[in-house]
Amino acid sequence: MKTNRVSNIVLTIYVALIFAFVFAPIIFSMIFSFNSQRFPTIPLGSFTTEWYQKILADPDVWEAALNSLIVSCSTAVIATFLGFCTAYSDYRYNFRFKGPYLALILLPPTIPLIIMALAMLAWFSKIGMSGQIYSIIIAHSVLTAPFAMAVIRLRLNQMDPDLEAAAWNLGGSEWATMRHVIIPFCMPAIASGLFLTAAVSFDEFAVSWFVSGLNKTLPVIILEIVQGNIDPQVNAIGTFVFLISMTLVVLAQIFFASRQLKSIRP
Amino acid sequence: MTAPLVIFDKVQKHFGDFVAVNELDFEIREGEFLAIMGPSGCGKTTTLRMLAGLDTPTTGEIRLGDKVMNDVAPHERDTPLVWQSLALFPFLTARENVEFGLKMRGVGKVERKERALKWLDKMQILEFADRDISTLSGGQKQRVALARSLVMEPQILLLDEPLSALDAHLVIRMQAVLTDLQRELGITFVYVTHSQSEAFAMADRVVIMGEGEIAQIGSPKDIYREPANQFVAEFVGRNNILSGTVATLAKGSAMITTPSGDFTVPMNEVTLNEGQRASFVISADLVHIAKGKPNGENAAHCKLISEEFVGSMVTLFLEDRTGHEFKVQMQERELSKFDLTGGDEIWLSWDTQSAHVLNES
Repeated sequence: MKTNRVSNIVLTIYVALIFAFVFAPIIFSMIFSFNSQRFPTIPLGSFTTEWYQKILADPDVWEAALNSLIVSCSTAVIATFLGFCTAYSDYRYNFRFKGPYLALILLPPTIPLIIMALAMLAWFSKIGMSGQIYSIIIAHSVLTAPFAMAVIRLRLNQMDPDLEAAAWNLGGSEWATMRHVIIPFCMPAIASGLFLTAAVSFDEFAVSWFVSGLNKTLPVIILEIVQGNIDPQVNAIGTFVFLISMTLVVLAQIFFASRQLKSIRP
Repeated sequence: MTAPLVIFDKVQKHFGDFVAVNELDFEIREGEFLAIMGPSGCGKTTTLRMLAGLDTPTTGEIRLGDKVMNDVAPHERDTPLVWQSLALFPFLTARENVEFGLKMRGVGKVERKERALKWLDKMQILEFADRDISTLSGGQKQRVALARSLVMEPQILLLDEPLSALDAHLVIRMQAVLTDLQRELGITFVYVTHSQSEAFAMADRVVIMGEGEIAQIGSPKDIYREPANQFVAEFVGRNNILSGTVATLAKGSAMITTPSGDFTVPMNEVTLNEGQRASFVISADLVHIAKGKPNGENAAHCKLISEEFVGSMVTLFLEDRTGHEFKVQMQERELSKFDLTGGDEIWLSWDTQSAHVLNES
């Protein structure tokens, strides 16, 4: 028991350190976004919202924000749809080459982003689809669909295998059963998938930077500002991006957790 | 009442190399309560699923009336099934679950609600109509599942071990609910179970299946008193089975020599020949016990091993000197007159007419 307590303490400290390590830069970035001094040094200067006012007045930032919004919303819908279809076909059917089929959809996140980005750029240029906002949407959908699929597949695995047959048995055709049983049952996971894919897309930099052309998203504009000079505007945009993706991820988790609890209840 | 509603005509079902159902040939009569009973893996659930269209026969035909049902999609059939897992929709309330089938059939909102409430009321769970499924008890869920199928007003209702998840006292109550419903509605019930007590308590006829084939079809009484073969006799249980060689023949009876002794059996239904192997059963409740050697023909000297109480009935488990097990079922108050304890030696006896000769199979 004693070693248990010691190891508990050690583990707690270890986890706390990891969180500190991950979140410290973000927290500092947030703090400096309200700092009047141009350079991020301590002691801090006075409190200011100057940098926020600056970015709010910058039409480039507004355009990037709009692009990010369009890209992440469209990506979420497309990727979640793809994820649902794959998860359902995996749940329902057995067929030859099912292994390769699943590997194909699960593969994108395992490819280094920079290689993925280069490949996408090369491919889109070849077929004349590069530099458009839909290029980013397509690339992001491929990239994020596996996340949606994983969440929805988990949910489908919790489904009583008789449920679908019960709906047929009561006169529901395949499509009616899909609409009135499968989709309602998967709804929490679908919502979770939407938020998760939106968050990943909203954050994603490498692929966006390569294929976006003139349609910059927020992460791309952050890099451009940093490249020019040291400008605390970056901290302000960073804070904004961080809060949005964090909110999306937390929402995804809430949907995910609520159904977990519900399914445990007898 | 006795017109065939469904006919299974040489139905086979294979899953790959596995033969789940082999040469199924029987009929389901209109308005009867038919139980299909057998150990797990005997093909009883596959039979039911073929009736619902969830599995398609590999060969043979299933006919409903004159119509061949083999290729009719499940949702185009009128064969609602009460599932072992209940398979209630967890994201719907009790009433919405009951309405589901009507909604799929395109029944209007107002009528749907009215009919669902009527059935929930009939199942005595009206007060839970708007509750989430997860908040209901096992017995209440069971009633929702029944209402969900019966609201379709089908000609035939399929039930797949619907009571297996319930507590013992609820099982008895639901059995009464089911038999009352079946009588009142006059529709055909096809009830799949592994439980002899459920099948015998409710069914008009029982189909006993083993290894994908029908072992016997008959009324519960027929099956209990006159099992067709050793498989049925063993599956039904509470039977004493003895095997031996036919020693001598007399008019209407035969003497069979077994390791446990010589016994006389009646020969009304089967013909036995001298020297052939033969098995016979005596129902446990037709065996008498005595402390001294009885005068009759059929007697076995046994040692009491254990007792099992089920309410007022007691089952005694005994062994003769060869180690063969005997079972005796009797009223507890009868038994108490003998004042027995484990290890006591007693005599068993039975009337010749109580014995039933099995067909060799």
